[in-house]
Amino acid sequence: MPKIELKNVYKIFGEDPQSVLPLLQEGTTKEEILEERDHTVGLDNVSLSIEEGETFVCMGLSGSGKSTLIRHINRLIDPTKGEVLVDGVNVLKFSENELLELRRHEMSMVFQRFGLFPHKTVMENVAYGLEVQGKELEDRNSIAEDQIKAVGLNGFEHQYPSQLSGGMQQRVGLARALATDPGILLMDEAFSALDPLIRNDMQDQLMELQSKLHKTIVFITHDLDESLKLGDHIGILNGGKLVQVGRPEEIIMNPADDYVTAFVKDVNRAKVLRAKTIMLSPENYPVNGKASGETIKVLEDRFIEEFLPQMLEKRAVVEVIDNDGNTSGFITEKELAQSLTKN
Amino acid sequence: MKTNWKYLATICFFAFCGLIVISYQYAKPRYKPDNISDLLNDFSWLINWPKWLDFPLMQPINSGFDWLIVQYGLFFEGINNFLLGLYTAMKDAVVGLPWPLVVILVIVITYFVSGKKINTTITVGFCTFFIGFLSPRYWDKAIMTTCIVLIGIFLCLVIGIPIGIAMARKPKLRKTILPVLDLMQTIPSFCYLIPGILLFGLGAVPAIIAIFVYAAPPLIRLTDLGIRLVDEEVVEAADAFGASKKQKLWGVQIPLALPNIMQGVNQSVMMALAMVVIASMIGTRGIGDEVLLGLQQLNVGMATEAGIAIVLLAIIFDRITQAYGDKIQDKTRPKKVKSALPVKAKV
Repeated sequence: MPKIELKNVYKIFGEDPQSVLPLLQEGTTKEEILEERDHTVGLDNVSLSIEEGETFVCMGLSGSGKSTLIRHINRLIDPTKGEVLVDGVNVLKFSENELLELRRHEMSMVFQRFGLFPHKTVMENVAYGLEVQGKELEDRNSIAEDQIKAVGLNGFEHQYPSQLSGGMQQRVGLARALATDPGILLMDEAFSALDPLIRNDMQDQLMELQSKLHKTIVFITHDLDESLKLGDHIGILNGGKLVQVGRPEEIIMNPADDYVTAFVKDVNRAKVLRAKTIMLSPENYPVNGKASGETIKVLEDRFIEEFLPQMLEKRAVVEVIDNDGNTSGFITEKELAQSLTKN
Repeated sequence: MKTNWKYLATICFFAFCGLIVISYQYAKPRYKPDNISDLLNDFSWLINWPKWLDFPLMQPINSGFDWLIVQYGLFFEGINNFLLGLYTAMKDAVVGLPWPLVVILVIVITYFVSGKKINTTITVGFCTFFIGFLSPRYWDKAIMTTCIVLIGIFLCLVIGIPIGIAMARKPKLRKTILPVLDLMQTIPSFCYLIPGILLFGLGAVPAIIAIFVYAAPPLIRLTDLGIRLVDEEVVEAADAFGASKKQKLWGVQIPLALPNIMQGVNQSVMMALAMVVIASMIGTRGIGDEVLLGLQQLNVGMATEAGIAIVLLAIIFDRITQAYGDKIQDKTRPKKVKSALPVKAKV
């Protein structure tokens, strides 16, 4: 069972969304609806499912509806039509109290501009979710202390957010989201407001945390490199429509339409494609599944950029092996050249 | 928008017709033309406003007010007794204290409320001392004025802040209350001082009511504005963590709106002091009646002295509320970034 599932979700902003819904379903475009009916289409028939423990990155340019999408999961925004299932339960049927409980225990959120409480210290900010849950001061302080350590902010517990730099503030935001130990982490352009070096740092830190915690993460970004780096699956939104969902290498190798093609055009493929994606299977390799000349062994999950320098230096053929050491394929200069060529 | 415009025009048209018919009906017979056809023969009624076109508002209001006093007399008397009792108790307590103790008390309060700012404390202490220095008579009168202002402000806070919060939450409510606030601020104070006297008699209570009417609007407006100006993302964060409406209001919205609310309190206090002088004309005792006395005797010196005393009171109130507002603001927006360098994460 998927952790989160959206089924045919429509969202229209305006005075009377229900009256516009049939038009949208008949195929009237977003622009026409805005022009003629003065309603804005946020999401147009979006269905997706997110498995437990994976990082799902939702990508699109501004106005594509990605922030709207993430807010449907914790119901900060209610859909015009459709279903939102968390753990198989339709959260749209929840009462006010059930919804509060869901937000308190099951999911938490990290915001683009951090959304920290300026009148609370770092410690109080991190403990906010626990405070809302009604935990005792001592308990929540000890949990908050641990989380602050986990994001490397010890010593700053009693500072106010405005005394911290952007990167540090977002660490507070991350610690706050993790403090309630939720199953689902919603990250709305969490790193977009940070400068590139710190952003990279934060991405690494998130991946490191994730490798230990195995949360279900829904990550919103407009940065393709970021989505390729973080995402187990990527969904690309354009004008409120989900145009493609897939693994990073699928998106790179088989873009669904011109929009996605334009998006992935400038990607550094060596950074995204893994050995197993581009390798030839042994039976297709000329000399009966045996490498001729010098070979280097590479694990199948490695990215091209990790073995490329070595391969060029030694002018060797790459023998791709799986975790048990069995040969699963080969990469020669030809495959390499093909995979790195832009379509 | 188009439908809106037509709707309004229709209402106005019918209201206009209704007003003309009612005015004509209730006009005194001697003002009315003998015959409708006279209006067509003699057009002089188009030059000066005709006497028969006079909407009768005074009579029904007067009779309505009489009815109110008869029906709800007890209710108003209850309010009167409560406020008067509060005022008398407060005034007697402070007037009974030795004056040096009062000065010291004011200084101590200022010191702690302002977050231990020495400058503010010295200014306020000096002003307090100077009021008595101007004229010994002013000391007790200043205390009376202060008590009236404090009770008036207390009413403003207790009633105004909840209204402001409600307005921030419900745009429809805001639309209906905003015109009422405009009315409260623009209607000449004597218009509600007169019914105040009729309902509560002469003295402190109508002054307190007048203060409420005059001084509550800025507080309500700034509370509403303050709550709405709280960063949307911060409010959203509270929502995302499952804060209930109550938790959101007390934990996030009010604390962050507090600098604005304090600005509203400050404005209210200043307006209350202005109203206290006007209220002296309906027999409210306090420093205002010294101004009135000076006016009646054409005694410029006396009026100036009393005027200075009121300014001093205003400075005292202003400094204290401002300093308190600043103290809160410091807490929500601390001075500057301590270290701009990112901390390397240690996981």
